[in-house]
Amino acid sequence: MTYLPDGLPTPSSGPDGLAAPYWEGTRQGRLRIQKCGGCGAWQWGPEWICHRCHSFDLSWQEIHGKGRIYSYQRPHHPVHTALNGHGPYIAVLVELPDYGNIRMVGNLLGDPKQTVTIGAPVEAVFEPHDNANPPFTLVQWRIA
Amino acid sequence: MPERTLRGKTAIAGIGETIYYKHGQSPDSEFKLALMAIVKACEDAGISPHDVDGFASYGNDRSDGPRLAAALGIKELRYSNMFWGGGGGGVCGAVGNASAAVATGMADCVVAFRSLAQGQYARYGRSGAAAAVMGDDAFLFPYGVMSPAQRFAMKITRFMSDHGIKQEALRGIALACYHHAQNNPNAVMRGRELDEAKYDASRWIIEPFHHLYDCCQENDGAAAVVVVPADHAKDTKHKPTYVLACGQGGDHRSAAPVHNMPNYKSSHFAKLAPRLYAMAKLKPSDMGIVQCYENFTGGVLMSLIEHDLVKAEEANEFLVKKNLIVEGGKMPLNTSGGNLAECYMHGLELVIEAVRQIRGTAINQVKKNDAAIIMGGPMVTPVSSLILGSEATL
Repeated sequence: MTYLPDGLPTPSSGPDGLAAPYWEGTRQGRLRIQKCGGCGAWQWGPEWICHRCHSFDLSWQEIHGKGRIYSYQRPHHPVHTALNGHGPYIAVLVELPDYGNIRMVGNLLGDPKQTVTIGAPVEAVFEPHDNANPPFTLVQWRIA
Repeated sequence: MPERTLRGKTAIAGIGETIYYKHGQSPDSEFKLALMAIVKACEDAGISPHDVDGFASYGNDRSDGPRLAAALGIKELRYSNMFWGGGGGGVCGAVGNASAAVATGMADCVVAFRSLAQGQYARYGRSGAAAAVMGDDAFLFPYGVMSPAQRFAMKITRFMSDHGIKQEALRGIALACYHHAQNNPNAVMRGRELDEAKYDASRWIIEPFHHLYDCCQENDGAAAVVVVPADHAKDTKHKPTYVLACGQGGDHRSAAPVHNMPNYKSSHFAKLAPRLYAMAKLKPSDMGIVQCYENFTGGVLMSLIEHDLVKAEEANEFLVKKNLIVEGGKMPLNTSGGNLAECYMHGLELVIEAVRQIRGTAINQVKKNDAAIIMGGPMVTPVSSLILGSEATL
């Protein structure tokens, strides 16, 4: 059971493979983001260069999925045919204080009508889409 | 070394708009709409389209300069320019780029324009996404974050939460735009008045802060302005409208992927606005004409604050209809109805209205009409702003 219905666009790492380590990691239940070998900065989303020191030596490091809600939205209007008749859902922007305050976007699991509080602690949950072609796993969030 | 500035070097000599339609209702193709708006703008300037020698546009306009030059029989194309970035972030930038070309002698008569028939191509409010998405989209679309409203909503949520700004401030903006549209025969929302009760009862597009009436329309149409050297403008049909300043760009890493821009809760004008006022040698209180791009009313709120036209701590009190309308308002806003209620012409209708105001020919004419500020495409990146003025401001 996934949070949103099937039929939404599926993620691809694209022809350049920049994001491939992220998507391979989530299939294995591991959350990985970029870390710079030059200056130690955490970086998200993925890029070929460190924006701080311009090193190209970026590795993928596994991190713990604990963060806090930086902002949120509850869309009601279906913008994609897969969402027709589905009703409101919650998207959150999660800040990760242990990793340079990088932010990740996901859905907040649970009641779509729940009150959302900025600053609330959340933790990452892996949501496999095994029947998709090709299969992929999303990182979602729940109140910790 | 002479001062490097656009101030007073160019002028908008002509303005042109097609009839504005709801999406899908234009009987004319998008490219024909572009041609119609450009021909009208040239007529308004008293300039033959054959004498245009450049084009500047934005928002990935499909009506490209070389095709326009061929279709219109331009004698020699000297400037063909596209402002990077989606949406209306480039509306003022396109006018600024046209002005830069004219001011530096690269071209003599440049048309800045936008043509958009959402009925013939993709609609902004409805995802046409492919089955598989990559890049930034791969980290957003599978979570149901794909429309422009959804891309920006979390900026607005955080900004308004941090500053304690209430939904009613956004309502004031929407009510003023709809109010001004009621007198405007070319406004798509003419005849559809908006009051507080109707706004409050309207459905959520996104909760919080995005009722239906906080969101722009989806339209078909085209608009164009003709930019010429300041000394040529004196010989054209109308009182010249001078370009006093243009600012464009984004602050530090404003295009950082997956919502990681350091200054997140922003319309991205914070760094640009001081540069804009400095070039114009004017201050916020000089702006009698205020035109702000409404993709969403929350973007207007942040733009007004970042251009120092409204203080964040006064927003709840100030952003009420009576302060924002021409009849006795302290800061008349979007006096032809704007993107919300005139037409979502990607903001070029706001530039055209500013020119009419400076000429003194607007339907909802303001009294203090020497200087105008136009703010384009809040929350996208890059964004752009423009200050225009009458001869008195030079």
